[in-house]
Amino acid sequence: MSFTQNNDRYHRQIILKEFGETAQQKLLNAKVLVIGAGGLGCPALQYLTAAGVGTIGIIDFDVVTITNLHRQILFSVNDIGKQKAAIAAIKLAEINPEIQIQVYNFQLTNKNAIELFANYDLIIDGTDNFATRYLINDACVILNKPLVYGAVLRFEGQVGVFNLINNETKIKTNYRDLFPEPPNPLNALSCNEAGVIGVLPGIIGTMQATEAIKIITGIGNPLCNKIISYNALQNSFYDFEITPVLNPIETFPHNEMEFLNFNYEWFCSSKDNVSVISIIDFEELRINEKITIIDVRERNELPLVNQFDFISIPLNDLPNLLANIPTENKIVVFCKSGNRSLKAVKILNEKQPQLIAYSLTGGLDAWKQFENKN
Amino acid sequence: MKIKILVFGQLSEIINASELALLAVNNTDEFNKKLFELYPKLNEIKFTMAVNKKIIHENTPLNHEDVVALLPPFSGG
Repeated sequence: MSFTQNNDRYHRQIILKEFGETAQQKLLNAKVLVIGAGGLGCPALQYLTAAGVGTIGIIDFDVVTITNLHRQILFSVNDIGKQKAAIAAIKLAEINPEIQIQVYNFQLTNKNAIELFANYDLIIDGTDNFATRYLINDACVILNKPLVYGAVLRFEGQVGVFNLINNETKIKTNYRDLFPEPPNPLNALSCNEAGVIGVLPGIIGTMQATEAIKIITGIGNPLCNKIISYNALQNSFYDFEITPVLNPIETFPHNEMEFLNFNYEWFCSSKDNVSVISIIDFEELRINEKITIIDVRERNELPLVNQFDFISIPLNDLPNLLANIPTENKIVVFCKSGNRSLKAVKILNEKQPQLIAYSLTGGLDAWKQFENKN
Repeated sequence: MKIKILVFGQLSEIINASELALLAVNNTDEFNKKLFELYPKLNEIKFTMAVNKKIIHENTPLNHEDVVALLPPFSGG
């Protein structure tokens, strides 16, 4: 890609003496992959596109829902039900048609991550679940790619840079040095159930884009071996220095072969005694037996399901609506990704121990993938 | 001995103090033991601990007015 001095688009950043034409050329030569076109991904994508990063990849398998619109600012009402990555690419091309945008409308897995990441210089994590966060981290460690991490919940956000060597100390850290083990999904909160203030991922996603620009151009001090925690209500920032785990628990893949065989869903699953059912077993059970299927997603969540009958009881309402659940059949509970359904089955086990209840592993995301394959 | 404590995320629902006066606490293992006695609900949440902003992975000595910060992982995006 060529860049000419006559291009006024980048004038205001080129006149910065720390930046200049050299930094602009580095951005134009750079390839950045943004994982998740959600609350964090949207602002990161907008600023990286506007700044002139030459090649931007967007990977997201999800569709736009109305509950996304308060924070995922690339999308509008007309986009509801459409593929996020494809829509984001159209909107970004309107901002800056001079850059290359690659769209990946599929789910990131350990089977496709290495090949995909190898095409990029830097990875931005804007995902919404722990299994994918550990997967992204491990792939970046194996490929030695800098990873800009961001995460949000309620009014607080975290941002950091992993896998980037500090030239003075020669220390390099990653997500597993910060959180060596995933939390129990029965106790971890997601934005779907705990909420998030709309502007927060805007701030954290923009900070991720800032770090990416600093790393690519070599200006300033990136958040190397550091994580910042931001509290929007208190207007406070607190930084942590990440130190390497000296005696790591041997639960991470060390090379590509181990990575391909690592089960991230299992690694991040509950080790508590909650019964789960696989997609294949669920398909067999619902054909062969009369079962009660419960959707614990919020009432307006997509995708819609019309392939089987179910009753809708959002997780937060479940303790008050136990009487609505028939007691004569086995129960399968599902949600989007399989975490809220775990919590629901735990509640059912406590309140109605006579019921036989299973949580659908991987949730509707996994079920839809299975449907598409068959 | 006084230890300042900062908590993040859902931990602020469990620990609503910013400073703890703990006697006979010399290191983070002893601090953790007292903390889990005071707030048994901490057992439900994984978190990372930092002493004076530096994340620790093993038992670390504590001094008067050290700042201990507890950070849980978030997954939202």
